[in-house]
Amino acid sequence: MSGGVDSAVAAARAVDAGHEVTGVHLALARNPQTYRTGARGCCTLEDARDARRAADVIGIPFYVWDLAERFHEDVVDDFVAEYAAGRTPNPCLRCNEKIKFAAVLDRALALGFDAVVTGHHARLDDAGRLRRSVDAAKDQSYVLAVLTPYQLGHSIFPLGGSTKAAVRAEAAARGLAVADKPDSHDICFIADGDTRGWLRERLGTAPGDIVDAGSGDVLGRHDGAYAFTVGQRKGLHIDRPAPDGRPRYVLSITPVSNTVTVGPAEELEVSTVYGDRPLWNEPASTPVRAEIQLRAHGEPVPATVSLSGDRLVAALETPVRGVAAGQAMVAYRPDPAGDIVLGSATIASATRLPAAA
Amino acid sequence: MSYLDHAATTPMRPEAVEAFVAAAAEVGNPSSLHAAGRCARRKVEESRELIAAVLGARPSEVIFTGGGTESDNLAVKGVYWARRAADPARRRVVAGAVEHHAVLDSVKWLGEHEGATVVWLPVDGYGRIEVDALRAELAEHADEVALVSAMWANNEVGTVQPVAEIAALAHEHGIPYHSDAVQAIGQVPVDFAQSGAAALTVTGHKIGGPVGVGTLLLGRDVPATPLLHGGGQERDVRSGTLDVPGIVAFAAALEASVKAQPEHAARMVTLRDDLVDRVLAAVPEAILNGHPEHRLPGNAHFSFPGCEGDALLMLLDAAGVACSTGSACSAGVAQPSHVLLAMCADEDRARSSLRFSLGHTSTADDVDELIAALPGAVERARRASVKKPQAR
Repeated sequence: MSGGVDSAVAAARAVDAGHEVTGVHLALARNPQTYRTGARGCCTLEDARDARRAADVIGIPFYVWDLAERFHEDVVDDFVAEYAAGRTPNPCLRCNEKIKFAAVLDRALALGFDAVVTGHHARLDDAGRLRRSVDAAKDQSYVLAVLTPYQLGHSIFPLGGSTKAAVRAEAAARGLAVADKPDSHDICFIADGDTRGWLRERLGTAPGDIVDAGSGDVLGRHDGAYAFTVGQRKGLHIDRPAPDGRPRYVLSITPVSNTVTVGPAEELEVSTVYGDRPLWNEPASTPVRAEIQLRAHGEPVPATVSLSGDRLVAALETPVRGVAAGQAMVAYRPDPAGDIVLGSATIASATRLPAAA
Repeated sequence: MSYLDHAATTPMRPEAVEAFVAAAAEVGNPSSLHAAGRCARRKVEESRELIAAVLGARPSEVIFTGGGTESDNLAVKGVYWARRAADPARRRVVAGAVEHHAVLDSVKWLGEHEGATVVWLPVDGYGRIEVDALRAELAEHADEVALVSAMWANNEVGTVQPVAEIAALAHEHGIPYHSDAVQAIGQVPVDFAQSGAAALTVTGHKIGGPVGVGTLLLGRDVPATPLLHGGGQERDVRSGTLDVPGIVAFAAALEASVKAQPEHAARMVTLRDDLVDRVLAAVPEAILNGHPEHRLPGNAHFSFPGCEGDALLMLLDAAGVACSTGSACSAGVAQPSHVLLAMCADEDRARSSLRFSLGHTSTADDVDELIAALPGAVERARRASVKKPQAR
C-alpha cells in the first residue's frame, strides 16, 4: 500500500472478495526524508501515514516492510548503471520485477501468504494471462509484462476492470481519504524530479562530443552522455543550425567514446527492434503477428514478432521514431476482453533495416 | 486474544475509570478562585497528597505533567539548564546507554544544541549499568556534571538498575540524580525519599491509569528551568491548566497498583517464569535477554535467532497474540534496539528480539495462546528471512 488511491481500493476489494488481507507499505528510502516530499510520491512518511490510515478504514492489519537495501541495489543502482551504459531504464518496471513481485512476494509466501495484491491497472484472466486494463490511459500492463507465469500466478490485480475515475469514486464512497490524492508520475527516488541533476551527482561530469550523424562533424559538447535519451530534441545546446534548418534529435548514445549522435527526425525511424532477456508467456510459437509497445504509454504498433534464442525480434509494419535501448518491448495480441501480453524483452538495439531472416 | 504488551500500556483499572468519569462530569479550573475552582483544586491536592504518600514523597515534590516523556524532558533539560545557569562549568550530562528515548534523545539534543558534553554509562551483557563507570566519571569530573540520569528498570529487557548505588554516588558528589521509573512503579518497591533520587519520572497509563498524565517527583531543593511557560502552575515549573479527571484517575490507579505490588509481583513472577520455560522448550534456540534476577516481574524478552522480530510480531498478531519488538520506529521501520546493541548483542540478535510483558489482567490462558502460536510463527519467520531472491 503506497499511500495512494489505487492500492487502497485494491486492498478493500481483496477484502470484499473474501481474502484475509494484510496491508504492507514498503519503506524504500534509506532515509525517508531524502525521497520525495509532498503528497504525490510513494516513499514519504506522509505516504506511509496515508497508507496506514487507509488500512485502518478498511479494517486490516498494516505493516511497514523495510526493503530499502534491496531497492537500492536492484533498482536505484541499476538505474544509474543503465544510464551510464547509454540506455534509458524504466525503474518502475524494474521495481515490479525485483521488489514487489520478487522480494516482497518471496517474503510473503514464506510467511504464509498466498499472493501479492497491488493496485496496478491491469487484468489477469482465468488462464493467468496478463491483459490491459479497461482504462487504456491508465493501463500498466507494460510495466508488469516482465513478470513470469510464476509471479503472475501469485498476483492479484483487483483494479483492471475499472477506470481510474471509478476507482477514485469508489475510494470516496468507502470513506478513504486518499480518494483525491494526486497520481504519482515521476521517479519516486528522485525527490525534485530533476533526473539529470540527480544523475550528475552520481556519475559526475564527463564532457564529450555531440556529433552529426551525416557529416561526422562535431556540433557541440555535452557534460555527460547519460543526460540524453534517444529521440530527445531539447537541451542539445547546438549553436550551429542544420544546413536545412530542421531540428536535430538524439539518434544514439555511445558510452565507450562518450559520444551523442544527432540527426534529423527521419533518422530516428526504426523498422526492426531487438530485445534481450526475453520472456515469452504464450505457448503459441513465433513468428507471430502482434502489436508491440516500445515505451510506457507508447502507442502500440503492428509487427511480426519472433523469438530466436535469447533474442526477441520485432519487425515493425510501419517505422517508428525514438526507440530507446533499456526500455521494454512488450508484445500484445489485440483482444476485445483486454489485449493479451504475449511476451516482453529489454530493448537492446533498433535499426532502420528490415529484420534479417 | 492474548495481550502480552502491558509494558506498552495496560488496561485502566476500574477504580481509575470511575474516578475519571466522576471528575470529568464536573466543571472547575483548579486555579479559579470561586467555589467550582476550589472544588477542583481540592481534588487535585488530595490526589497530590495521595500520590506523595504512596511514593514516599512530599506533596510539594509532585509536579503533574502530561506523562513520562514530558517528565523525562523536564528532568533532563530543566535540571541541565538550571545547573548550567548557576555554574557555566556544569555541562556534562551522564546517562545510561539503555535509557528510554525520552531520556536518550533529550540528552542527545542537549549535546547537539545546548553545548552539553554527553557521557553514556555502559551496561553489562544483562543491560545493567556499570556503576564503576559512573564512579570513574564522577571522580574525574564531578565539578562539571550537571546531572545523572539512569532509569529504574529497563522498558525493553526488564533489567532493574542498581539505583541505590547510583544514587549514593551522585549524592556523594552533590549531583542531582534523575531516574525514569515508568516501568518500575507497581512492579517493584519504589520510595522516592529512600531512593536518594532528586527527580523521578512516573506515568499513569503503565499502572492502570489514563494516558496523558504523569508526574515528575522533583526534590524541593532541585532547581529546574521550565519547558512550558504560562500560568505558573506546579511550582512555576510546569504551566498549564491541571487535568483534574486525569489526575484523580492517576492517583486512584497509583494507589491501587502500589498497594497490590507485593502480591502482583509474586503472581507475575510465577506466570512469567512459566512463560519463559515454555518458550525455551518450544523454541530451544531462543535466548532470554536481560538479567536473570534483577528483572521486572512481568517482563520476558527473547531473541529468536534466524528470525526477524517484525515478521514474528506480524505472525503472532495474526494469531491473536499482541507483543512488541521493543524497538524504536521511524515510519514504522524498525531499527535494531539500542538497548540490545548496548548489551553487546550483534545487530541480527537485536533485530530478532521480541518482548512479552505481563500485567494485572494477564492469565495463564494468555501464555497458553502464545505457546500454541509461537513455534509455527518462528518456523515461518525463519523461512522468510533465509529466502534468497529468486533468479530469473
